[in-house]
Amino acid sequence: MSRLNDANLAVAKETIARYPRVKSALIPVLHLAQEQDGYVSTEAMAHIAELMGLTPAEVYGTASFYEMFKFEPVGRYCINVCTNISCQLVGGWELLEHAEEALGIKAGSTTPDQMFTLEDVECIAACTEAPALQVNYRYRNKVTPAQFDAMITALRAGELVDEFPPHGTLSRIRQGLPENWADTGRTAQAEVDAR
Amino acid sequence: MTDTPAYHVPGMVPTGPKLITGRFDQVDGFTYEGYVNTGGYTALRRALTEMTPAQVHDEVRTSEMQGRGGAGFPAGTKWGFLPAGVFPRYLVINGDESEPGTYKDRLLMERDPHQLIEGVLIAAYAIGAAQAFLYVRGEMALAQERLVLALKDAYANNLVGRNILGTDFSVDITLTWGAGAYIVGEETALIESLEGERGMPRLKPPYFPAAKGLYMQPTIVNNVETLANVPWIINHGGQEFHDIGAPTSTGMRIFAVSGHVNSPGVFEVPNGVTTFRMLFEAPEYCGGIRNGSSVKAFIPGGASAMWFFPEHLDMALDKPTVDQAGSMLGSGAIVVMDETTDMVAACWRIVRFFSRESCGKCTPCREGTTWLERILKRILDGHGRPEDLDTLLEVCESISPGIAWPPRQTTICPLGPSAVSPIASAVRKFRHEFEHYVQFGRPIEGVHQHAIHGSVAHV
Ligand SMILES: Cc1cc2nc3c(=O)[nH]c(=O)nc-3n(C[C@H](O)[C@H](O)[C@H](O)COP(=O)(O)O)c2cc1C
Ligand code: SF4
Ligand code: FES
Repeated sequence: MSRLNDANLAVAKETIARYPRVKSALIPVLHLAQEQDGYVSTEAMAHIAELMGLTPAEVYGTASFYEMFKFEPVGRYCINVCTNISCQLVGGWELLEHAEEALGIKAGSTTPDQMFTLEDVECIAACTEAPALQVNYRYRNKVTPAQFDAMITALRAGELVDEFPPHGTLSRIRQGLPENWADTGRTAQAEVDAR
Repeated sequence: MTDTPAYHVPGMVPTGPKLITGRFDQVDGFTYEGYVNTGGYTALRRALTEMTPAQVHDEVRTSEMQGRGGAGFPAGTKWGFLPAGVFPRYLVINGDESEPGTYKDRLLMERDPHQLIEGVLIAAYAIGAAQAFLYVRGEMALAQERLVLALKDAYANNLVGRNILGTDFSVDITLTWGAGAYIVGEETALIESLEGERGMPRLKPPYFPAAKGLYMQPTIVNNVETLANVPWIINHGGQEFHDIGAPTSTGMRIFAVSGHVNSPGVFEVPNGVTTFRMLFEAPEYCGGIRNGSSVKAFIPGGASAMWFFPEHLDMALDKPTVDQAGSMLGSGAIVVMDETTDMVAACWRIVRFFSRESCGKCTPCREGTTWLERILKRILDGHGRPEDLDTLLEVCESISPGIAWPPRQTTICPLGPSAVSPIASAVRKFRHEFEHYVQFGRPIEGVHQHAIHGSVAHV
């Protein structure tokens, strides 16, 4: 529940520089806030608004459209079980039911120890590997109940941290602003916008 | 066309011409070295040093490659829609893959990111783009990471950015990703999202992206698979591409075959192959239907498509044939349902998807998909009413008058009518299953009942 820290502020500025218009960087910068805190806090949104010359309402207006942004703390691990058609056909619901029993929560909620959030999600593009799930947006394919249990045990024991970084972390490598960045988009668009 | 060879990628039997999946099994296929050592970036060099942008465009036009994102519009023709002399223009790559059943763009991004980047650069050169934006689905962390790495290496090797390969051609590629919303895959919604807005489709006309797209400038939106084919076309020529597949749907195409088959998989096959061949004839692909069952129905092109039935197994999968039969190849997603499938449950699940993902901008879609979902769930829960079937069709009618294919739209984008496809298909063909549910509160004998629970909650 904080503003972007100094390191992330620098990343945010670099991100903004990669787009012809500032607001285009909004979704990536919101992801940055979620990576920092595990969710998108009100303070972070206010900071982002300030940084990008928007109102907090504009920031929230965009953010609230998108499923991935969470506005309250969620579990360290978000487990998303796909129940869409290809997964439903080969046991997606049964896997979700098992997950609910194993974690002791219903889909759409978080365990009391804030370790796991369970969700029933739409197709995650692993349809030939069904039933499939994601943990913090990393895949596990053709998951059996036994494999699910083993994964939970490992996560509770603090293992698999390389495979599943904390919620909010997507790419672990930053794009940065390359040395031979051409900046043609921003230059040309600025000319048009000035007219 | 049943004797056309089909090729299974990845993981199994790697034989035959692979235009774009050749590196899927290569351990280092995603690295810069792995790409360059297998002929990578030769097409870019050739395009920039030996060809004019118009010549590149001509090769793509000659190939008659149809877009692989859903609508199947020829890429070369689309590029030609850019208004002459209007700059800056942009190239937007649609990597939002989220049509249920579809699994190909993620593989192309994860396993061969440089091939995509090379295709993007060549396309940017051909159309004179000032900048390209690669929009990856938010939930695909590995694809994002691999593309970040690939792009860094490409910049470091003077393949992107200022004065590429020492020529006077300069272009940047910005990688960007969404945050979870199926509708953002629709090209004008994608552009809105790229402008930092809520991802809602724009009214068309006037906002055809080629004329007024990103920042209201001319913009080409192409699918990942479409652009991944471009390096091959430049290396081998548009005519050679045209010679592959069916004359009316050229080249190879990636299909993901999922559901009740013995070995589901992702295959790069020539356009015009039959479903029968992929399911049964070539054992290295799907190996038949599980438990010796047979096909009850299959979806040829993703959840938005009308369903097909056993009589369609022998149909060539090329665009005009499938269109004429009343469905679409869409995004190359074949979902197979065997005899044990509960058609009411299958229908409900797809409708629930569209009702969840409706952006809410048009009333028939927002309200209609919600009603459809509720009625189907009520039937599924054993509380169906005799009038429910008629109500379902009436609501379908209000979203998509005539319930025809292609749909006559009352909505801004095709998402609303897409929710009608599973209902029109299932009710037409399996009406008795719905009636049985309404009468007895349970499925007919012999179908599998899923452990579906009431929860549709989201955090
Ligand atoms: C609701 C909806 C969702 C779509 N989702 C995608 C998608 O995830 N990926 C994609 O490439 N195209 C998607 N499309 C199609 C795009 O609007 C667009 O036609 C396509 O990206 C153009 O690329 P192509 O010409 O190379 O096929 C979608 C269309 C609609 C109506
Ligand atoms: S049809 Fe549905 S998804 Fe498409 S614009 Fe209208 S409300 Fe949004
Ligand atoms: S339907 Fe589950 S991953 Fe596609």
